Amino acid sequence: MTDALFAQIKKDISENDVVLYMKGSAKLPHCGFSATVVQILDRLGVTFKDIDILLDPALRQAIKDFSNWPTIPQLYVKGEFVGGCDIIKEMYFNGELQELLKSKNIAFNNKAA
Amino acid sequence: MPIARTTLEEMLQKGFPNADIEVIELANDGDHYEVRIASDSFKNLNTVAQHRLVYKTLGNCVGTTLHALALKTSVK
Repeated sequence: MTDALFAQIKKDISENDVVLYMKGSAKLPHCGFSATVVQILDRLGVTFKDIDILLDPALRQAIKDFSNWPTIPQLYVKGEFVGGCDIIKEMYFNGELQELLKSKNIAFNNKAA
Repeated sequence: MPIARTTLEEMLQKGFPNADIEVIELANDGDHYEVRIASDSFKNLNTVAQHRLVYKTLGNCVGTTLHALALKTSVK
């Protein structure tokens, strides 16, 4: 069963350039940490797929095992785990996130930064 | 289920013996903390790896008993 979930995660993060595993949806986040990452991505104008782990307790555990990271939200860019809220926030403010998006050829609005 | 600030500090001091550790209560509910750690164990590690090391030290409580932990790690 975990194998199937891992396969689903791999599929989602390979088919979408930017994926955010979060509590709630991008439109209606259920946790302040998730909301912060959504705000950053919105401000950068990055298109991303939001996956609400509250809808699936098994996925909620699987994503933590998959990344070896104990908390939600989790951001993936081009199939790679980038970080949770603290890291994304830090990377946004020091410009590393923008550099990462640029190096991965992901469109974003740099003016807002 | 909350966790006491002193418990959190003890766990971190055990895991990072020579580090500068600061535990700040964000909501005084034993559930929301900010932790700042400056340790030489973080040398040559990127932020993700540094945070993983902290999570490992805290075992299973992050994301379960401890709901909110804002982490700031740096190299000492």
